[in-house]
Amino acid sequence: MNETSSVGIVTPRVARFEQALALRCGASLPGFKLVYETYGELNRERSNAVLVCHALSGSHHVAGQYADDPDNVGWWDNLIGPGKPLDTDKFFVIGVNNLGGCYGSTGPLSTNPATGRRWGADFPFVTVEDWVDSHARLADQLGIERFAAVVGGSLGGMQAMNWAIQYPDRIGHALVIASAPKLTAQNIAFNEVARQAILKDPDFHGGHYYEHGVVPARGLAQARMVGHITYLSDDSMDRKFGRKLRHGKPIYSYDVEFEVESYLRYQGEKFAGFFDANTYLLTTRALDYYDPAAGHGGDLTRALSAAEAEFLVVSFSTDWRFAPSRSKEIVGALLHGDKRVSYAEIDCAAGHDSFLLDVPLYHGVLRAYFDNIRV
Amino acid sequence: MAYQRYDYEVIASWIQQGERVLDLGCGDGSLLKYLQETRQVRGYGVENEPERVVASIANGICVLQLDLEQGLAGIDDNAFDHVIMSLSLQAMRNTQGILAEMLRVGREAVVSFPNFAYWRHRQAIINGHMPVSESLPHQWYNTPNVRFFTIADFESLCAQEGIVIREGLAFDDGRLVLDEPNFMASVALYRLGRNSACAEEG
Repeated sequence: MNETSSVGIVTPRVARFEQALALRCGASLPGFKLVYETYGELNRERSNAVLVCHALSGSHHVAGQYADDPDNVGWWDNLIGPGKPLDTDKFFVIGVNNLGGCYGSTGPLSTNPATGRRWGADFPFVTVEDWVDSHARLADQLGIERFAAVVGGSLGGMQAMNWAIQYPDRIGHALVIASAPKLTAQNIAFNEVARQAILKDPDFHGGHYYEHGVVPARGLAQARMVGHITYLSDDSMDRKFGRKLRHGKPIYSYDVEFEVESYLRYQGEKFAGFFDANTYLLTTRALDYYDPAAGHGGDLTRALSAAEAEFLVVSFSTDWRFAPSRSKEIVGALLHGDKRVSYAEIDCAAGHDSFLLDVPLYHGVLRAYFDNIRV
Repeated sequence: MAYQRYDYEVIASWIQQGERVLDLGCGDGSLLKYLQETRQVRGYGVENEPERVVASIANGICVLQLDLEQGLAGIDDNAFDHVIMSLSLQAMRNTQGILAEMLRVGREAVVSFPNFAYWRHRQAIINGHMPVSESLPHQWYNTPNVRFFTIADFESLCAQEGIVIREGLAFDDGRLVLDEPNFMASVALYRLGRNSACAEEG
């Protein structure tokens, strides 16, 4: 086994962009900032950069810890570090908070220069394509002409895939993990239930809750509860909670009876304590809108025709949010287009969230793949 | 293994430079890697054993983790010049199905398999035991093989399925066997085509 360690103490940085960014929704952002972190060293040839794209609730804090908050460990710390599958002794790894986010990049919490107030619900809709454009600006600023790889899970995988579509000559490898080429009606339906919970919360105030000194915490918590169900598998929930009763026997009440309820409520409330509801709305919409094949008559192969990157597509056996069959759609389109692609289907009981876990075969696949990337 | 080298060399001799190749049951990807190095082929390996998928990725080949028993749905007709299955056909249940799929997605199929009628195997049976040999290295209780067939059986199946045998070679311990291959050869390799394609080529 390789010796692995943490990237250690990390510090987020801010990149500012003066030039306006035209968005797919028709609006334009008059300058913006992106918060990001980096791990490892950019080599002299500037050929070893890897961009990590985050999913719905992720951030730029991908690995390591903060000096003043050592418990705040990056969300993909098990993957990234010296000797780890995404080895920071070899690669220069970048994590970035997407536009519309709530971790410091320009988003609903930022001040709208036109009004002097927080954007709130007026923040323009951002899409996966817009995010990729903004990442490219960050790459420009960091002097990175071409990424050795762009990697992401779930919504992050969609960004990796679109990197290969939008900037074919600026990406060597696209790692698309636990992802899908577009959402199904069922996926959108779950997002809509989550959004309605937020939109109907009396504390939402049309998305301008900041000015009222409140947050739609109940709606956001409920949204997270719905989302959380879709991240786990039936099996893993059953193994974790079964029908365990909090009081050992029914007390005939609508308070927490079953342990799974306690867990979901805890997850929901915790999430509502730090995440922004407007960001949640925006991000679920970005998921809904994502459909790179739509502009090509529904033909994903044609959508991917410009891609020059090599692809690694990974799915998880019990993921029902983005099931293996969804990953196989991507693989099929790449095969049809004569692209270089590898595909692994990892046996893991943890559902969609599997992509965040340290599953030996999964990390074995990623390690083998990253080891073969020449920089 | 010397046993693998001649298998690889024969297969490589049937492949032209720069062909598109699909290698079913690609193991650790070493055959496809060999063909990439010696024939500059482009292509994919297919493997369903997770550790072998990792090994194939480590070998730098494109590998797809798929269950071959499910066929090759999603792969277009005639997408490949050659579809190879090296020493794996005997480990598949859906023998007819996979042969048909190979000749659907490939212009030609290349198949190699251990010959269960090899004289040493026959001798083992006469002595009352299931054969264990270089080409059949497993015990009966842990073998991955599920179909037990001979060179004669395979050729009968090809005739029955309308599969054209373009070339067939048989080996014993890496040496070409010309006489009585069904008795003298431990491994057979075939280059197969479709009936219609054969007619086209006249």
